[in-house]
Amino acid sequence: MLRRHFLAGIASCSMLMGGWAYAAEDTIKVGVLHSLSGTMAISETTLKDAMLMLIAEQNAKGGLLGKQIEPVVVDPASDWPLFAEKARELISANKVAAVFGAWTSVSRKSVLPVFKELNSVLFYPVQYEGEESERNVFYTGAAPNQQAIPAVDYLLAEEGVERWVLAGTDYVYPRTTNKILEAYLKSKGVAAEDIMINYTPFGHSDWQTIVSDIKTFGSAGKKTAVVSTVNGDANVPFYKELGNQGVKASDIPVVAFSVGEEELAGFDTAPLVGHLAAWNYFQSVEAPENTDFIKKWKTFTKDEKRVTNDPMEAHYIGFNMWVKAVEKVGTTDPDKVIAALPGITVPNLTGGMSTMLANHHITKPVLIGEIQADGQFEVVSKTDDLVPGDAWSDFLPESKLLKSDWVELKCGSYNTETKACIGGS
Amino acid sequence: MLRGISVVCSWLIWSFLACSASAQEVDIKPIIAEFAQAKKFRDVEVIVEKLGATGDSRVGSSLRALSDGKLKFRISDGEVFIVEDGSAFDPITREKISIGDGDPNSFKKVKVKNSLRRKIAATLSGLTLKSTSVERRLRSASTIFKNADARSLEALETALVDEENIDVRVAFSDAKAAATLASDRSSDEKLIAIDRIIERGGSDALSLLSRFSIRADGELKTAIDAGISKIQSSLAVWASAQNVWYGISLGSVLLLAAIGLAITFGVMGVINMAHGEMVMLGAYTTFAVQELIRASAPELFAWSLAIALPLAFLVSGTVGLIMERGLIRFLYGRPLETLLATWGVSLILQQCVRTIFGPTNREVGNPDWMSGAFEIGHLSITWNRLWIVVFAMAVFTVLYFIINRTSFGLDMRAVTQNRRMAGAMGIRTSWVDAMTFALGSGIAGIAGVALSQIGNVSPNLGQSYIIDSFLVVVFGGVGNLWGTLVGAMSLGIMNKFLEPYAGAVLGKVIILIAIILFIQKRPRGLFALKGRAVEV
Repeated sequence: MLRRHFLAGIASCSMLMGGWAYAAEDTIKVGVLHSLSGTMAISETTLKDAMLMLIAEQNAKGGLLGKQIEPVVVDPASDWPLFAEKARELISANKVAAVFGAWTSVSRKSVLPVFKELNSVLFYPVQYEGEESERNVFYTGAAPNQQAIPAVDYLLAEEGVERWVLAGTDYVYPRTTNKILEAYLKSKGVAAEDIMINYTPFGHSDWQTIVSDIKTFGSAGKKTAVVSTVNGDANVPFYKELGNQGVKASDIPVVAFSVGEEELAGFDTAPLVGHLAAWNYFQSVEAPENTDFIKKWKTFTKDEKRVTNDPMEAHYIGFNMWVKAVEKVGTTDPDKVIAALPGITVPNLTGGMSTMLANHHITKPVLIGEIQADGQFEVVSKTDDLVPGDAWSDFLPESKLLKSDWVELKCGSYNTETKACIGGS
Repeated sequence: MLRGISVVCSWLIWSFLACSASAQEVDIKPIIAEFAQAKKFRDVEVIVEKLGATGDSRVGSSLRALSDGKLKFRISDGEVFIVEDGSAFDPITREKISIGDGDPNSFKKVKVKNSLRRKIAATLSGLTLKSTSVERRLRSASTIFKNADARSLEALETALVDEENIDVRVAFSDAKAAATLASDRSSDEKLIAIDRIIERGGSDALSLLSRFSIRADGELKTAIDAGISKIQSSLAVWASAQNVWYGISLGSVLLLAAIGLAITFGVMGVINMAHGEMVMLGAYTTFAVQELIRASAPELFAWSLAIALPLAFLVSGTVGLIMERGLIRFLYGRPLETLLATWGVSLILQQCVRTIFGPTNREVGNPDWMSGAFEIGHLSITWNRLWIVVFAMAVFTVLYFIINRTSFGLDMRAVTQNRRMAGAMGIRTSWVDAMTFALGSGIAGIAGVALSQIGNVSPNLGQSYIIDSFLVVVFGGVGNLWGTLVGAMSLGIMNKFLEPYAGAVLGKVIILIAIILFIQKRPRGLFALKGRAVEV
């Protein structure tokens, strides 16, 4: 009884003393904000498991600042407003030091105001459309210049593609990416009639017409390729239809930005051999870090067939960066951690080092892989240097003058022409 | 001309070499062995070129294996093998070789990519014109046609003289026409070739002619452009036939998804939001059956769907029965509560499946007889869609027979038309309710087996079909099986004719608005029930 009063006393004291609260607790809490039910559970559950593994591993190494890390897992159930509520719950009620989470762009947009208001840190692990840079968010997935643009460059150079189909699911990521790609292709001299843009609803299952349209579009005597930003769930029927209608990779290659090892685990990839995907990581990459990571992952999930994928690597990088930043400043205080993160360099899983940049994006290699019959990818191209993530695309007129720099300029959207910060700082 | 002679000469040398097998094995074996040293794609390409240059038709097996990603080398000594299903074969003779422990990790794959695969196909096409396999000869003809490879022209002409198979002759002549167009032959020969290509038609021919239209001039260009417009107009006619087929196929998918609902909602009037989950359970049953077959009796795989059908019916039917007995029977006459309760059940079922099978997609394989496509004219029909159309019709027929020709069907119709009267006649109405609901759910399970062949098998599978199912039943007319059939087909065909013009997103919106307007005009759908049943 006495003990409880004593603890309660300490707790109230620590609340009064603000920052000291962190020192009074014997664990450091980390929030995991990934959907475990609903539509997005298919992709996000894996990331939750990956976070739990990373935290367990760090704890086995002795934790952080001499304390154990405690994961706080919540389920926003693929419901965008619920993401904001759960984020608020994590930060206000659970007092987490940082949050790792969100997948779709709309869920990220939904939690942004919460992280700004309560001043916390979010690590966002998925490739996204760019055109954003927030002080409280660290983007460990690819920006368009780290995925879409290099993929198109590969097709231009290696396959000599002249006609382009930009196919995507109808929401913000594909629309923005396709806008950037269209501007980029036109800047490379591709005529407007050689670009076909097609959008489909979420979970689209009947691809007969679209695949036959692609075939027709591809019979104009010029080499044709499909750039697919089709979202997770709709990919299986899309690829099945491609396979059945005999669209071969050697005739019309499809390069996808949302199809990874996890998505391919859902079907027989034999008819799809040679279709492409662009990522910053593939499970098949031969690097000691990766072999080690895959082994740990299989042991952790107790499943020999579990695959690893790109967003998992993003969490691996993001978590290690956060750990390193916290160790550097000796506290989990968000302001200090946010200030310490840019410049932090940690190993990635492809045998290189990734650095957090001043614009809160990271440097990554870009890999192009071809689908193999066993559901894995074979890397056919890898950039020699790391590509720094660019928050604001240089190929869109409205964003090419913008720059993000949270170190020098303290601004996420600085107009280099008018020398003014248009977003809040 | 000089080049022509040299090609003929080299071809003669190749065929001469092909007769003396022992001499050439010495020649190509060291080249194949070089694959183990290839570090970059460029190195592999050089070796492929070398192999092609030997002109030896026996490089075929190693090149095909390379293209399929089956050509591997042993890490310990760099010996090259074809590795398939865990056994190793000689890369030249394809004889099985015993490889001791056979550890898959001791082999490394020779890297290959799309541009290399194209190169291999082109190399092989010149070498396999004389192959004993009809399929290979056809494939090389089609590769030469697509690539319009002038270098193969003489080889094709020689091959055409000896060719006896009529299909291959046609394919060779087409390929010859394409090669002629690319060669430096006279305009007259080319004009004949263009006519031949136009006669062949199809999108490959269109693609080929469009490519040459850019380069050609004079009368050749006129002929090519005339050909292009001729092929385009013939393809346009085929395209609308193709649309009708797509519509029918989409309609059958809708019919399958909705037909169980036509019973639970249409006949019994229960708004069953968990209907989609019954479909999902059917799909997962298929997955479980396939897993079991893969593990214990792989030779039965072609039958997996047939085995899954009755099981899926039983699983979904049983769940439906439990639902009806445990929940829905307390809620008859209270549609709002039924809606909410069944929606709750749907969430519970989804999460159960997620917990048991995991949240990710599960792989349900297509048996061979459901993969690929065939062509009627320029109409390409995929086997899985064709079988689904056939299957949907079969399910419809069986269900129609059950409802109209069996005593259970009679009881069912009696209870739904006038419950109290039926009860007074000695029918156990609550038992009929339960069985009807189980039947509707079981049919949904069967639909799940079919739908697992064309889409995702994930816990969300049901949700993607539930809205469409309700649309079909409401549009077709509640309580009428024919209405569901006509409703599904007209929605499918409408959708497919709108899609090319309006796009997939807008197309769906237009259909939804059209149905809302239609329901305003005819609240009871296409085939409204008439008579006393309507008032109950």
